[in-house]
Amino acid sequence: MLTNRRFVAVASFLVLLALVPLLARFVGGEAFWIKFATRVMIYAIAAVSLDLILGFGGMVSFGHAAFLGVGAYAVGILSAEGIANGFVQWPVAILASALIAAAIGAISLMTRGVYFIMITLAFSQMLYFLGVSLTAYGGDDGMRLANRSRFPGLIDLSGDVTFFYVVLAILIGALVAGHRLVNSRFGMVIQGCRSNERRMRAIGFPTFRYKLAAFVISGVMCGIAGALLANLTAFVSPSEMHWTRSGEIMVMVIMGGMGSLFGPVLGAAGLLVLEEILSSHTQHWQAILGPILVLLVLFAKRGLFGLIDGKSAEKPAGLTGHG
Amino acid sequence: MLRTLLLAASALTLLAVPAAAQNKVKIGFIATMSGPAGAIGKDMEDGFRLGIEHAGGKLGGLEPEVIIGDDQLKPEVGVQLVDKMLNRDKVDMVAGIVFSNVMMAAYKPIVDSKTFLVSTNAGPSPIAGAQCSPYYFSTSWQNDQAHEAMGKYMQDKGYKKAYLMAPNYQAGKDALEGVKRYFKGQVVGEVYTTVNQPDYSAEIAQAAASGADALYVFYPGGMGINFVKQYAQAGLKSKLPLHSAFTVDTTTLPAQGDAALGLLGTAFWTDGLDNPVNKKFVDDFVKKHNRVPSTYAAQSYDGALLINAALTQTKGNLADKDALRAAFKKADFKSVRGNFRFNTNQHPIQNFYLFEVVKRPDGKLGTGFKATVFTDHADAYAKDCPMK
Amino acid sequence: MTLSLFLTQALNGVQFGVMLFLMAAGLTLVFGIMNLVNLAHGSLYMMGAYFLAALVPVTGNFFVAAVLAVAASLALGIVVELIALRTLYRRDHLDQVLCTFGLILFFNEIVRMIWGATALFVQPPPILSGFVQLLPGVIYPVYRLTIMGVGLAVAIFLYWLNGHTRLGMLIRAGASNRAMVGALGVNITLLYTLVFGLGAALAGLAGVMAGPILSVQSGMGDSILILTFVVIVIGGIGSIRGALVASILVGVVDTVGRVFLPLVLGAVFSPATSSKVGPAIASMSIYILMAAILFFRPQGLFPAHR
Repeated sequence: MLTNRRFVAVASFLVLLALVPLLARFVGGEAFWIKFATRVMIYAIAAVSLDLILGFGGMVSFGHAAFLGVGAYAVGILSAEGIANGFVQWPVAILASALIAAAIGAISLMTRGVYFIMITLAFSQMLYFLGVSLTAYGGDDGMRLANRSRFPGLIDLSGDVTFFYVVLAILIGALVAGHRLVNSRFGMVIQGCRSNERRMRAIGFPTFRYKLAAFVISGVMCGIAGALLANLTAFVSPSEMHWTRSGEIMVMVIMGGMGSLFGPVLGAAGLLVLEEILSSHTQHWQAILGPILVLLVLFAKRGLFGLIDGKSAEKPAGLTGHG
Repeated sequence: MLRTLLLAASALTLLAVPAAAQNKVKIGFIATMSGPAGAIGKDMEDGFRLGIEHAGGKLGGLEPEVIIGDDQLKPEVGVQLVDKMLNRDKVDMVAGIVFSNVMMAAYKPIVDSKTFLVSTNAGPSPIAGAQCSPYYFSTSWQNDQAHEAMGKYMQDKGYKKAYLMAPNYQAGKDALEGVKRYFKGQVVGEVYTTVNQPDYSAEIAQAAASGADALYVFYPGGMGINFVKQYAQAGLKSKLPLHSAFTVDTTTLPAQGDAALGLLGTAFWTDGLDNPVNKKFVDDFVKKHNRVPSTYAAQSYDGALLINAALTQTKGNLADKDALRAAFKKADFKSVRGNFRFNTNQHPIQNFYLFEVVKRPDGKLGTGFKATVFTDHADAYAKDCPMK
Repeated sequence: MTLSLFLTQALNGVQFGVMLFLMAAGLTLVFGIMNLVNLAHGSLYMMGAYFLAALVPVTGNFFVAAVLAVAASLALGIVVELIALRTLYRRDHLDQVLCTFGLILFFNEIVRMIWGATALFVQPPPILSGFVQLLPGVIYPVYRLTIMGVGLAVAIFLYWLNGHTRLGMLIRAGASNRAMVGALGVNITLLYTLVFGLGAALAGLAGVMAGPILSVQSGMGDSILILTFVVIVIGGIGSIRGALVASILVGVVDTVGRVFLPLVLGAVFSPATSSKVGPAIASMSIYILMAAILFFRPQGLFPAHR
């Protein structure tokens, strides 16, 4: 799966990432760079979660931001109710996103192709409007958290550097878990479904259940990213569930190279850095970002990760057959 | 010898650092600049820059450096901009912020770092009330105030039955609460529509059939354009008079056109307000940008004047925060809106005016002054603010 | 609720549906023939409205401007197809979604650069500005009736085009087996460009019709785009008939949700509860409708046979 060159690339990128808090000290604006890198990693987790089902399972979910919102709101609502304990908040975030992913997945996976794209979008829109109408929790204005999740006796997240390393650890955990998952028997079945679901079913695999399980795992991972996002900014609002957010996560996956697990990490970094650079130069940066995305699709099919070594970057087959 | 040199050197650095810090003031200006809501951010920036220009290009004798940040209408990007401005750019104060959700997210990191924040638009109620801060000043209004003014007008006018409409979000709910605080007649309908709903024909038909004698709506931005056009096209202008706040303003009027002519609204300022500061502001703005300034531009213009007044008083001293805060609180400047002073929660106590949409002499649509509804009006949340 | 109000609301629902149909027809056509998910359809709609707003002052005549705006949308559609989209037909949906998402960002920003950040002004032509009394108590704006008329005309035109012309025959053949049509000597590339242009012109027409009643501004295509996708998914992607039925269905359900749901809830629950729950459910109603329909018919109401 991982060639040597890729392994070196991944490892050196992660090491470089781990050094950000140290390097930032020399550049100036330390806290900004640390938080920016944290934000990149949180989106990377979300993008990796989408890649699991999109790149490996061929399930094009256009509503993944919904889980970002579910995870964030689980933390936010508990915090507003006076429960700041992370040992409660985070499991609830995981449970909530698992349940909602199971419900959305159970219905959505009955459809395929564009219908799947659109039904996942519809569900995320429903959750978005639900968030907007949650007046008790700030509605569309969102709500501020009194503090980050508390883990008494384990760790204090209030420091930005500590939080940075916690997120980094979770990102690495997500990558390792993802890597083992896609190379397990379960992962093979999921990838088999992508290439030819009918054949998988004929062999005797209950493909629906496998796909649903993958969908739930992905939803949970994205929910964790949501919980982290709420902790990063100490703020929760429905804008995290807006459909353009789902689009952005998807852009990260494709920009980095889907079906490569680590590609989405590069994609998240690439997109957010690009946004950061462009928006500090012109207010019309979206007029530049748009064509860049178009060019990316047209000419860099394997994404950023594919650039590292062109020869073994496999474009997942079978997505077209999905229609 | 060496000692003298060292002394001299240290004396020089001592002199050099404050001198460098003193002749410049860095202001981070956060607003929604890109995307569909970008018009408001642009108006705020233009108003703010014109304010600096009219202050003589300097703020309290300091060279201003304005760093613009685009929050993309995403709260988390707003927070990131705050991080960047405070940590990397080392701004002395922050101004701007269009939307309440961005404000709610960005507010705490700014005031926690004891950096002054001058809001030139957003005014969510928690910040006016329990979560107020000594480092936060508003040159705009608290969200409810303009709605309260229209409620008062509708009450005074003697309407008996009102039909109220707003988008289904927090500001919409605050708006209708504000109206109901002063309008004591019967509310025959209270409708919350989906945010950014394009078509209102169904709701307009309901309102027309409700037997109401007055209609109140709060539809900012594009929603207001849609609503006013459709209201006029439904032929209701002569049957069910429309009252609103933030729905017809000079950012929407060019697109609403004659459909908006004659409509009534309430605000703390109108471009037709007759005072010398305002005349200069409006004339120069029109000359420079070929469009009539909006309330957003006016608030931001005042924001620049407020900063100038405060820094003039402290003689450009940014380090003494207590002195600077006291200077801010004095608000010793001539506002485009007339009387201006700060309440205990550091939100303005100000007049609210009734305006009517009119054709200006230059042919553009503008908001003409009609009456003063509230004199020295304070917001309803100041009592929850612990600051005295 | 009186009968006349009920009828007015029914008309409103149908009218909104027809508006959606104008959008959906082009989108479903492009999807059905080229298998292309075009998120930029909303941008073409926006460009149609902008072209109208820019051309009315120049030409001084609404109808001339409208015709020119539709023509400009067609031309723009063809240009976009030639530059960016034609290589995407053989790609997967994901690439198409990403590429056209990029186009949305581009168009939303480019109109702000060309025409400024504030919304533009268009009003209906004087001849279409009045009202007609359809039934005693049912008074309706002429312009909205015009929209219904135009929508109906487009439906008939597409029916005729699809079923009774050579182009329509090729389109149908291309949808079911493109390789075969190509092998028979038909210039598939040209056919696709034409179909995309037609779709763009329909989106532009929708924008033109919407211009006088909606705010012409950057991003105006985004919210209607999502609704349009809901429509074509409910109707069955690629089916014009499905798009028509689903448009009306969505238009009516949306209106019913907005108008009648609060009344129903108000009768059951306390006013406080119903005013909280009502709008939330109303804004979700069409998504609930879509999820329900796909649950029972995963291919939509009228699956196009392919």
